[in-house]
Amino acid sequence: MPSYRVPRIAASEITPERCFIDRRAFMAAAAGGLFLGGTTSGHAGPLKASASAYKLDEPMTPEKDVTSYNNFYEFGTGKGDPAANSGSFKPSPWTVKVDGLVGKPREFGLDELLAFPLEERSYRMRCVEAWSMVIPWIGFPLAALLDKVEPLGSAKYVAFETVVRPDEMPGQSGYFQPLEWPYREGLRLDEARHPLAILSVGLYGKTLPNQNGAPIRLVVPWKYGFKGIKSIVKISLTETPPPCTWNLTAPNEYGFYANVNPAVDHPRWSQATEIRVGEGGFFGSNRRDTLPFNGYADEVASLYAGMDLNANF
Amino acid sequence: MTILPTLPKRLHGASVSMLYALGFIPAVFAFYLGATGQLPGNAIKEFEHLLGLWALRFLVATLAITPIRDLFGVNWLRYRRALGLLAFYYVLMHFLAYMVLDQMLRFPAIIADIARRPFITIGMTAFVLIIPLALTSNNWSIRRLGQRWNKLHKLVYVIAAAGALHFAMAVKVVGPEQMLYITLVAMLLLWRVVRTRFLRWKRSRTGFTRSIAATEKAAG
Repeated sequence: MPSYRVPRIAASEITPERCFIDRRAFMAAAAGGLFLGGTTSGHAGPLKASASAYKLDEPMTPEKDVTSYNNFYEFGTGKGDPAANSGSFKPSPWTVKVDGLVGKPREFGLDELLAFPLEERSYRMRCVEAWSMVIPWIGFPLAALLDKVEPLGSAKYVAFETVVRPDEMPGQSGYFQPLEWPYREGLRLDEARHPLAILSVGLYGKTLPNQNGAPIRLVVPWKYGFKGIKSIVKISLTETPPPCTWNLTAPNEYGFYANVNPAVDHPRWSQATEIRVGEGGFFGSNRRDTLPFNGYADEVASLYAGMDLNANF
Repeated sequence: MTILPTLPKRLHGASVSMLYALGFIPAVFAFYLGATGQLPGNAIKEFEHLLGLWALRFLVATLAITPIRDLFGVNWLRYRRALGLLAFYYVLMHFLAYMVLDQMLRFPAIIADIARRPFITIGMTAFVLIIPLALTSNNWSIRRLGQRWNKLHKLVYVIAAAGALHFAMAVKVVGPEQMLYITLVAMLLLWRVVRTRFLRWKRSRTGFTRSIAATEKAAG
């Protein structure tokens, strides 16, 4: 009897991951009678951006890893949870409210945010858990948005808040909630105005996937990843240091500054080295030395001149 | 007493071998996925964490044998050595994954980790303590050590507690999974405290004739 052979499937016939992952969102929408002929933009679509001078010689972390290995506790604490549980999150419509010590407080709609001149910038991303990635973000300088609201002279800090939607974000409901919501982060105003600090609206040539902080998130590449607050709904300029979620949760572990610093260990991790995700699998030489300010010392070290970085970790 | 159908005696040996074979499946499968680049994200950490979690699971299973027998009259004592040794092998692989794959044999970093990070110190302590238990998990040692074997193997209580604590301290936020293992280990250890009283009560109630000494010897 001839043995059974598994038929070969042409690559062109394999359903792209996005289509079948979308199914859950589609079913949920259809079940709720919300299906209006075309899925919402819960998942990434193409996004145009101009090239920029911010490029790296290092290989990019594969898109698959960037979009499947995430810390986004609003969707669960596991690394795969954000990709698995963010299917029903609706990043559109969206508004970001900018208020506080500004001359022109206002709200920005998603189309207004996408109308900022978008650039593609490849940045290293260093997580406080001692792993890192290289990600081609699409975004615009945070300073460009701040300029539009005209910060007052008394403004010294910028506070950020993530959306709270327990119905769409399973980590925000139920008995066990890992953090206090909303997730909050903050920067000093001069840090926020630094040209490297961007608001990102996309990656890998597409709008941000939900698990990466759709539709808009902060990227500050010289700081640990948790400073990069996701799905921002509010930005306030303040005179005093704003509360930051991880800093409030464990002040001895996470400082306000959270600048990448190989010389200052986290109580649970040495910060001297890092694993570059998606490089070399098990046996590649993928543990590398962590650089001060994540390799951006030339650009940003002057912001902290004269400061004790051991005390201000 | 017995709730489950009894496994014929001739299959006992085979069922233990089967347990070993099944027990290694998670490690082998994860290693295959990781070595072929199919574990997403931080493959080394995923592998390391999986090994640690299974070590804890086997420790819990090892400690559950006695209460299961006490409470339900199901005697799975024949599987306890295999479960304990599987726990040891997973702890060993967890440590090797950390040392070789994760830290790439950077010994100064490893020593600094052990010395400075309480969760690693605790984990290392558990690893060191489980070694003598694995080395004496054979009939010869049991005969040779006599009562001292029982005393020595009470270390498993410390190891399980250290393992659960290590797990909880390793994460940024203690979540349901960590709470589950802390609760399980706490309940299993608590059982050892109330056990003698329970057995006495049970014997007085049901006319259970076996001596407490005999059951205690087996419990370890």
